[in-house]
Amino acid sequence: MARSDQHDPICSPEERVEKLVETRLAENGTRRTFLKLFGLGVAATAAATGCGKSAPTTEEFFRQHYKKLTDDDKARIFRRIEEQTLARTGVATHISDPPPIDGVEFAYALNLSVCNGSRRCVEACARENNLPDDPEIRYIRVFEMEAGSLDFGESTPNYRDDTVPAKGKFYLPVQCHQCDNPPCVRACPVGATWKEPDGIVVIDYSWCIGCRFCVVACPYFARRFNWTQPTVPPERINPNQGYLSNRPRFKGVVEKCTFCLHRTRKGRMPACLEACPTGARKFGNLNDPNSEIRKIIERKRVYVLKEDQATLPRFYYFFS
Amino acid sequence: MSAILSFPRFMLATAGAMVRGSSRYYLWLLFLVSWIVLGVVAYLHQLQVGLVATNMVDQVPWGAYIANFTYLVGMAAAAVMLVIPAYVYHDHALHEVVMLGELLAVAVLTMCLAFVMVDIGRPDRFWHLIPGIGRFNWPASMLSWDVIVLNGYLALNLYITTYLLYAKFRGREPNRKMYLPFVFLSIGWAISIHTVTAFLYSGMGARSHWNAAILAPRFLVSAFAAGPSLMIIALSEVRDRMKFPVKDAALNRLRQIVAITMLINLFFFFSEIFTELYSFKEHAASMRYLLFGLEGHHKLVPYIWTAIALDVFAAAVFVTPRLYRNPMVLRAGCAAAIVGVWVEKGMGLVIPGFVPTPLGEIVEYGPSFTEFCVSAAIWAMGALIYTLLLKAAVPIELGTLRLNPPPPEPAE
Repeated sequence: MARSDQHDPICSPEERVEKLVETRLAENGTRRTFLKLFGLGVAATAAATGCGKSAPTTEEFFRQHYKKLTDDDKARIFRRIEEQTLARTGVATHISDPPPIDGVEFAYALNLSVCNGSRRCVEACARENNLPDDPEIRYIRVFEMEAGSLDFGESTPNYRDDTVPAKGKFYLPVQCHQCDNPPCVRACPVGATWKEPDGIVVIDYSWCIGCRFCVVACPYFARRFNWTQPTVPPERINPNQGYLSNRPRFKGVVEKCTFCLHRTRKGRMPACLEACPTGARKFGNLNDPNSEIRKIIERKRVYVLKEDQATLPRFYYFFS
Repeated sequence: MSAILSFPRFMLATAGAMVRGSSRYYLWLLFLVSWIVLGVVAYLHQLQVGLVATNMVDQVPWGAYIANFTYLVGMAAAAVMLVIPAYVYHDHALHEVVMLGELLAVAVLTMCLAFVMVDIGRPDRFWHLIPGIGRFNWPASMLSWDVIVLNGYLALNLYITTYLLYAKFRGREPNRKMYLPFVFLSIGWAISIHTVTAFLYSGMGARSHWNAAILAPRFLVSAFAAGPSLMIIALSEVRDRMKFPVKDAALNRLRQIVAITMLINLFFFFSEIFTELYSFKEHAASMRYLLFGLEGHHKLVPYIWTAIALDVFAAAVFVTPRLYRNPMVLRAGCAAAIVGVWVEKGMGLVIPGFVPTPLGEIVEYGPSFTEFCVSAAIWAMGALIYTLLLKAAVPIELGTLRLNPPPPEPAE
């Protein structure tokens, strides 16, 4: 869905927000009364406690679930977020919301024979997805494994990557497996995370309540919580942002790898794949019989992590 | 006077009873309120900086808050240990005090909800959880079930206690049709709140430490040991301090219940330990961490062995006549059961579920100062609510607080 470039030139951003809130409220009378009262209460509390800076704006407070937003709502919200980012950091960003492509189902495969543990993917992912360094949030975790063992008990993610590959070790990167039967989605009490038709599991950061039940439910330790406000230095902000992927996040919500959907749904490769110096990473459309990923899954001896969990990951490992 | 008109007077009279008291009473309230103030300050700090104020991390995403929550859901459910004997088996001694158990459930449930609120990252979005207004992932999410059963149980207990007290206040015989069906509904509901809370954990296939069928039975039976123990202490206090007639038979019945439930609890725990450890499987890492430590990490080891010792001590007191006949020893036994189960089912259950993580990492956890202050404040809030509820309910039950006080003497 194309982002609308039509903006009412007369309205200030604040007035637009007011208008947006009014239209949303007019939809449902009972919701209006309740939310209005509650909203006032929250605003008053926030003002009284001096939490004004971190308190949500009225628009953010009333914002509906992603699936209930019209294209118009989205255009306004995206514009609003772009304005906020500009005001905060001086960086002009562009938020898009590329929809899943019909007939496409993504899958990922990783060749453990060649992965050398350089962690280039980890860094590229961090830059692409606007992940903060302090506190450090990383979607990809690379484990240094003992040769001859797939036991994570014997592995460590805290190895030095300037001397890799170490003798007698191999490297196993883990990120969100975009499960076809995702336990995290089942766990969420408010439906803030769901599986898209192309198989990517996404999170509506503006709907997540931060209960972390999904973090507990994930067998792959793929989800990250914002324990405090994440900040990215302006020079490091990636301006190409997806509403459901790498747009600005805030404290108190969960996030994770989205296979770089703001790139991959536009025909590009995930950032981690492009950064990989060994070509260990393969990505593509599972439904395309001529795709490399399809050939790997058909011809190589692939396996998935924790198959006994019946999560049906879209992330495969193989040895060449 | 019609019900509509007299209800405000009921509210006014109960509020009046709550604020009037001896200087010792005010001192107690002041003590509790001081803790609450401390906790509010700590919570505002947490709101400001985020949950980084706690010691939780991605590897251990739940800590003291959810541990306390889990334990307290059991305490709320334990009200049925008074309700079942009172209403199903017509135990008259317990029937006279069952109200105090139901009020305890109200106070404890408020604590449960508070522990959830302080744990979530975006409390301003709690309305997303309200069915109809928000977006409720029911029936898939066990947490959505928990929202329903906890709030339903709170509503049931609020209704039953308010209805009965209000009837007494007006000097009327309560209409059985107006409350008995709800009392029986509350029995099943009480079981459901702790079962659902256990299912939150046991449904997690990724966490083998919790992924066991014994978890829900163990939750219930440990709650039915700790809950009645707390009731024994509460009822003794109410008898001593508020001149509320609590028959020895009521206390004895509760004591008998704890004797059985604590033994079963220990048996369940032992069965779990055996199954995990004897097979030497990888999945036993969490249990080994809890009991003996893992790769040099043993923060929980002294903690859990203290709990086991307290549980065993409590069981010994509750089955030995020479011990439980001494009121001081009985009280010590009750306290041991309360604390032992709190450790064993709180942090002793929640934290090992995260250690090691599903990918084998070991990160230890202990609550931060903020978590301590906020948790203590919620406990103080629960004690405050229960104190206030008792302060109003006891005189109504005794008949000294009435809408139309009976004329004490014929007019001279």
